[in-house]
Amino acid sequence: MTAQPLLDIRNLTVEFATRRGAVQAVKSIDIQVGKGETVAIVGESGSGKSVTSYAVVRILDRAGKVAEGSISFSGIDLVTADEAQMRDLRGREISMIFQNPRAALNPIRKVGKQIEDVLLQHVQATGATAREKAIEALTKVKIARPEERYDAYPFELSGGMCQRVVIALALACQPQLLIADEPTTGLDVTTQKAVMDLIVELTRERGMSTILITHDLGLAAAYCDRVVVMEKGRVVETADAADIFRNPQHPYTRKLMQATPRIGMSLADLLPEASSGPPAQARAPQAAPAGTEPLMRVENLVKEYPRPATGAFFAKLMGKAEPSSPPFRAVDGISFDVARGETLGLVGESGCGKSTTSMMITRLIDPSGGRIVFDGTDIGAIPAKQFAASPQRRRIQMVFQDPTDSLNPRFTAERAIADPIMRMSTLNGRDALRARCEELARLVGLPVELIDRFPHQLSGGQKARVGIARAIALDPDLVILDEPTAALDVSVQAVVLNLLEELKLRLGMSYLFVSHDLNVVRLLCDRVIVMRSGAIVEQGTAEEVLGSPKAEYTKELLTAIPHPPA
Amino acid sequence: MLRMIGARLLTTVPSVIGVIIVTFLLTRVLPGDTAAYFAGPAATPQAIAEIRNKLGLDRPLPQQFVSYVTALVKGDLGQSLTTGQSVISDISARLPASAELTLVGLLLAMAVALPLGVLAAVKQGSWVDHLCRIVATAGVSLPVFFTGLLLVYVFYFILGWSPAPLGRLDVFASEPPRITGLLLIDTLVARDFETFRSAFAQLILPALTLAIFSLAPITRMTRASMLAVLGADFVRTARASGLSNTKVIGTYAFRNAMLPVVTTLGMVFSFLLGANVLVEKVFAWPGIGSYAVEALIASDYAPIQGFVLIMAIMYVALNLLIDVLYGVIDPRVRLEG
Repeated sequence: MTAQPLLDIRNLTVEFATRRGAVQAVKSIDIQVGKGETVAIVGESGSGKSVTSYAVVRILDRAGKVAEGSISFSGIDLVTADEAQMRDLRGREISMIFQNPRAALNPIRKVGKQIEDVLLQHVQATGATAREKAIEALTKVKIARPEERYDAYPFELSGGMCQRVVIALALACQPQLLIADEPTTGLDVTTQKAVMDLIVELTRERGMSTILITHDLGLAAAYCDRVVVMEKGRVVETADAADIFRNPQHPYTRKLMQATPRIGMSLADLLPEASSGPPAQARAPQAAPAGTEPLMRVENLVKEYPRPATGAFFAKLMGKAEPSSPPFRAVDGISFDVARGETLGLVGESGCGKSTTSMMITRLIDPSGGRIVFDGTDIGAIPAKQFAASPQRRRIQMVFQDPTDSLNPRFTAERAIADPIMRMSTLNGRDALRARCEELARLVGLPVELIDRFPHQLSGGQKARVGIARAIALDPDLVILDEPTAALDVSVQAVVLNLLEELKLRLGMSYLFVSHDLNVVRLLCDRVIVMRSGAIVEQGTAEEVLGSPKAEYTKELLTAIPHPPA
Repeated sequence: MLRMIGARLLTTVPSVIGVIIVTFLLTRVLPGDTAAYFAGPAATPQAIAEIRNKLGLDRPLPQQFVSYVTALVKGDLGQSLTTGQSVISDISARLPASAELTLVGLLLAMAVALPLGVLAAVKQGSWVDHLCRIVATAGVSLPVFFTGLLLVYVFYFILGWSPAPLGRLDVFASEPPRITGLLLIDTLVARDFETFRSAFAQLILPALTLAIFSLAPITRMTRASMLAVLGADFVRTARASGLSNTKVIGTYAFRNAMLPVVTTLGMVFSFLLGANVLVEKVFAWPGIGSYAVEALIASDYAPIQGFVLIMAIMYVALNLLIDVLYGVIDPRVRLEG
């Protein structure tokens, strides 16, 4: 650390006024960032890492205020600086990059104009040179054809491209400090790698300091000099990136480290030693004995969507048949089996067709071609609208990606779990229903006294358990797990993954596990399918595919994952 | 853009046809026998039958419909039996009066409501916010005839600042040559500032009455929509890039918040245009609303048909205008054309 840090946060406490009095989101923390240094602030949700960064830039919302402490940036006290001075600093000296790049850009303003706004505000350009300088900023973040992109609106760009625009926006005025708040959350691994590499390259080139706020230890380790670990508003550990993973001092850091899936560990390793229950038996390959019929056989499955044709309305009106362009194939003739008791991982980046595939298998949408044979019946032939009434419905269930959004906010946990039972089962009577819900709650490790609560009164992990209990309520044979842990903190993810594994063994279900997180897939799955643009690139046992991949694309995916030192 | 407008125009054709059919049928099932009403209380059944025959009311419905549509194509909406004029000339004389009143009322309301709504959202919980709430609540709670009468009582009767509420112009002023039918514009074109002043003085109280009533929806919508946008990620980005408050609120937040406000404006305008009968009555305004009500009471169906048809077409045109505005504000809408 240099003698005179660029950013010096001392004894900072941030309070939020709530109806129940002041709540401290950040409690007397000290963080220093030297010139040219890259510091990661790591922590789970609610650790106060984002609040800290908002306090630095002073964009806390109305209820929040700095209660104590000082933030000094090259000698300027940011806590007492007046608003005009802060406005000059923001964007020119200290910039921010945000999570969810598409939402971070004004949806109805050309991206070039948005960069111009910042340049003009900080007198880095005049009306005459603004356009040229904005295009220059776009060129620097390696956007292809920047002159054209200048006129694009955010909705016309991909997520990765939007994040590049946000970076261009942040770096347009050559600031000294860049704060990146979860800049790659929600982006695909390969995009994440490209974006992070770009940030590192640009900041290093200019000798800038960077604060990377993230929940991903791997990312922090791969890109940062120093790591600050935060828990519940306090800094629990600060150390060099190289040291902290080799020799974590604080128990919380150790817990985080342990919960992060890595190569060469088992599911049970994710849990803290104390709480791990009976050791899950060594996972012998679960693949069914040869000769038995697979639970589900998917043959040549296709889903086509018509391309939005321009001027289709007029053509229809005139009764003219369009020279039809070939429809878009979201899923392009894929075949695979799911054996009984097996966990099959379905991996790929956004837009590869994995969600479309899982929706066809759960019979929420109709396939355009191919067969889905489930336990001897071609369920692909039953129209999606009628499948809800089919006796097969109860045998295929789904756990959705967002545990919050997939629960009806006005149903209690019990009502949510009981929903499929009331629709599909012959179970009768209030008491029997209640008993079954309590049994399911116990099964998924949800405290029984919580099942009368509404979703907003439950934590993320508890909501995930409700979603799982609902999916297994009818004793299904196949459960489709669509990124069930993507929205959860690593420590909660560790518990939920173990729960899923335990339930599978106990209830003898098969899983189709849809995910983009290869580290998680490696832990949970017996076999893996890698998809790209609607087709299967590679399939085989998890060990083969993720250990010694044959397809170029799989290799690319694997190398893009940032690894914490094991 | 032109393509989108064309496509939207085509989709309005079925609704216009529907309106023509419905208005035709509706006026036929209204209670009251037109022929009997016009023959007078002392008329013999023979006289009534004669009038009925003259009006074509004794012919079968399909036949009546065909002749109605044929006339419609020629721009003939029929004769009003009460005024003795053709409906089209009645309406074209009265529609500008209503349009002028509603437009000025709406502009007044917007001039107050938009800044008030924006300020209330920006300074949430401050006195501006409370003022916004009071104004909005008061505006909708007071019936228009009450606000109208109150304004007349205060500004004409007590203070004597405004002229007698008797129509669009002072009895001594002469109407300017008719160009748009909107007096404020026509007088300006004719450079007749004396008449302009007179027309303005007559207009201001009824317009104010309408404005007070329409303040509420516009203010509330502006406030709610601004609040939502101010909480959006891109506003945070704009702030974090050091953009000035004017830029953040004006260019970034307000333009995004306009979308639902434009919809509300359209709804308020079309509602006011047809429904300000009470204001027209209070201020003896020769508008289209009171015309339609008088015709309805008299079972005079041709003006009612004409009124409903004109209103429906204006409504369709207004919606088209809103769609176009949407496209101007939001680039994402343009794609769907």
